[in-house]
Formats: sequence, structure tokens, C-alpha cells
Amino acid sequence: MTNSAPAPALVELTAVNKHYGALHVLQEINLRVAKGEVLVVIGPSGSGKSTLCRTINRLETIDTGSISIDGKELPKEGKALARLRADVGMVFQSFNLFAHKTILENVTLGPIKVKGMSKPDADKLALGLLERVGVGHQASKLPAQLSGGQQQRVAIARALAMKPKVMLFDEPTSALDPEMINEVLDVMVELAKEGMTMVVVTHEMGFARKAADRVIFMADGQIVEESSPEDFFTNPQTPRAKDFLSKILTNG
Amino acid sequence: MNVLLDNSDVFLTGFKNTGILFAFSAVFSLILGTIVAGMRVSPAPAMRAAGTFYVNAVRNTPLTLILAFFALGYPRLELPQISFINAAIVGLSLYTATYVSEAIRSGINTVSVGQSEAARAIGLPFMQTLSLVVLPQAFRSVVPPLFSVFIALLKNTTVAAGFSVYEAGAIRAYLSERGEPLLPGLLWVALMFVVLVLGILTPLQRYLEKKWKVAR
Repeated sequence: MTNSAPAPALVELTAVNKHYGALHVLQEINLRVAKGEVLVVIGPSGSGKSTLCRTINRLETIDTGSISIDGKELPKEGKALARLRADVGMVFQSFNLFAHKTILENVTLGPIKVKGMSKPDADKLALGLLERVGVGHQASKLPAQLSGGQQQRVAIARALAMKPKVMLFDEPTSALDPEMINEVLDVMVELAKEGMTMVVVTHEMGFARKAADRVIFMADGQIVEESSPEDFFTNPQTPRAKDFLSKILTNG
Repeated sequence: MNVLLDNSDVFLTGFKNTGILFAFSAVFSLILGTIVAGMRVSPAPAMRAAGTFYVNAVRNTPLTLILAFFALGYPRLELPQISFINAAIVGLSLYTATYVSEAIRSGINTVSVGQSEAARAIGLPFMQTLSLVVLPQAFRSVVPPLFSVFIALLKNTTVAAGFSVYEAGAIRAYLSERGEPLLPGLLWVALMFVVLVLGILTPLQRYLEKKWKVAR
């Protein structure tokens, strides 16, 4: 070990390949996310960006290559994989709150069952987190009684309750009504400021500009462009990125 | 009416044993069927194969043959002997569990994949994902098909009459020994089954459906 060796990346993908049948959805992906870094993944639908995000906690398996979190390679399955997933928070496009459990129970389930926390401690932790994302007064309701924006903020609290090393956001605002997008983005910006390591698949340029350290642009299963948010939005290098940006900028 | 009153002992013993057969078989088949349904959605291929084999083998065998095996075949094996009624409970449970498993599996398929993905994402292993997140939601949507299975089970208990179990299906035989007219006797048995289903199972189903109504 030498002093000049770079600090190990918190998330590291090396030569990752994945196929869906004939479709080569991830092609030789190499990616490092440093501790505390906020990485935004952007790209047209079908580019593989959601798949990429989901491979990081192995909700999607990969064909070849390796993925490691905090220096440890992702286990294939079983208890070891479950343990590692507890360190990787995930927020889904469709919220996926447990429909039969109250808001509070949604947040406490992981700490109680996975970490063995006592119920009073878990309740305290959960109420604090729910307060922080602005839905503390909804704790005893069922998910279906909340708006989409509120549900997504609960989902963020549920992920945070596991004290994850890294948070994955898979298009967290794509299923939301426009007026609810900002309440979720605000929570995410706060998280970024506090130094959370984040991988965010999104088209929200406001978020990328405000919070991201780096943007990668994906198309057809490859990382086509990689730069700072400002450079990416004002001065895209590849025709593919230029074309994509011209479309979302005129529409959005 | 006389047939019923003069032979109340026959009716009482018959329906008491029907009740015993039904209650134990329902509980055991619910437990076993839930386990088998879990096996069939397990990530381990060997578990899935075992569950599928069990359902295909037992569900496609006539109940009469299964009960005949436990009443006539099993006693010849060098294994601990069990009474006819226990043998019938084992046979009925094994048979009914395959239907329970399929009903529950269809319920599991109604729970969106996102629910189990979210459970896995917070670090729950397969068993807890299934028992804490997927099954509680699956049970809500399987109440109607599950009760169809249990109503069929209640009526299937009468097959055990053919294998020396003194239950409701055997009442006819006891009545004819006593020289009672058969038709009224059979009608009383049929009526009591209707009363059992409409009086107990259907209200229970309605209660559970209401209690577990999915909040959407």
C-alpha cells in the first residue's frame, strides 16, 4: 500500500455487461463514485440508466464484470447480499411503500427486522426522519392516504432509516405531479448538502445543477459523456447528448 | 323429521367427525399450502422444482386414491400406525394443500413486484420479504378462492366415509342398517352441509374480506 494510491471508491463498477435477450443493455460500464459524491445519471429512455442504478444493489443481476460497495464485491445472493443491501438505500420511481403498513411502520420495518433495533428506538428514529422530510404528522396513516410527493418523501425516510452508505434514486420524481416535484427535490438537495453519497437517475436539470458533482450521460447502454453539470448542460460534447438536451430543453 | 330425531346419535357422531376432519385438515392444509406457495416463488431452483412437483403430483391424483393409500396402503408399511380418522386428516391435508398453494400463489402474483423489491432494498432476506411484506398483502386477495377451496374440503370429507371413518358421509350406511328410509336421511345430510357452508363459512369469508379490504 502506497500513499499515492487513490482512495477506494464507495461504489465501483468494472467492465459491467448485461443483456436482456438480444439487447445489450449495459456495455462495458466502468464507473466510480467517491464517498460524498452526488452523481446524476441522465439519458433517453432505454439507455440503460435505470438498469445501471438497479445493478448497484443487485435488484438486477449482471452478466459479466464486477460491482463493489465500499471495497466489498456484491455477494451473489442470500444473507450476505441482504446485509449489503441494508447499506444501500433505494428510492423507486413508483415509491413502493408497503401498502399494508402505516407510514411509521414503513420506516421502522428495516431497523427492527434487519438491524434488530427495539421498537421504541426505531419509532423515535423514524419519527425524527419523518419530521425531517416534512411528513411527521402523517405517521399513523396508510400510504394510499398520502399524496405522491408525500409518499416519495416517506420512501426517502425509509431508506435513510437504515443509515445507508449510499443512496440510489431511480427516477424519483418521474411519477409525480409537477407541483409535487420540488418538495421531493428539496429533500434530496438537503441530503446532498449533508454529504450523502448519491446516485440519481433523473431528468431534473435543476437538481443536477444545484446538487450534482458530476453528470454522466448514457445512451444505448454506454456512458457517452461525463462532465460537470454546468459543462454538460451548456456545452455538451457529443451529438447524441446535444440531440437529447435540445429535446428536453424545448419540452421542459 | 322422525328420521333425524330417532337417529340423532348417528347424525351427531357423523357431523362431529366431519367437523374434526374439516377443522384439522383446513389448518394443516393452510400451513402446508402457504409453505409450498413460498417454495414455488423461492429464488432457489431446487425449492421451486420440489414445490411444483408436489403440486402436480398430488393435485392430479384423485382424492379417493390418496385416501385409499393412507387407509389401505400405509398400514402395510413398517411405519408408526395411525387411526383411520388421522389417516384421513393427513390425506385430506396433503390433497387440499395443493389447491391452497395455487390460490396463494395467484395472490402473490397480484402483489406488485415493487413491494418485494422495496423489501429487498432495505435488506430483508427472502423469507422475511415473503412473510412480512408479500404474504400479508397476498392473503387479502385470496380470501374468495381460498374459501372455495375450503368449501370443497368440507364436502370432500365425505369421501373418508369410504375408508372406515364415521363421518357425515357415512350416515347413510348407518341409517340403512337401522332400516330407516334412505331419501329423507340423505336430504337431511345435504341440508346440514348447506347450513354449515351458509351458516359458518360464508359469513367468515365475508368478515375476513371486510377486515382485510385493501386500502388503495
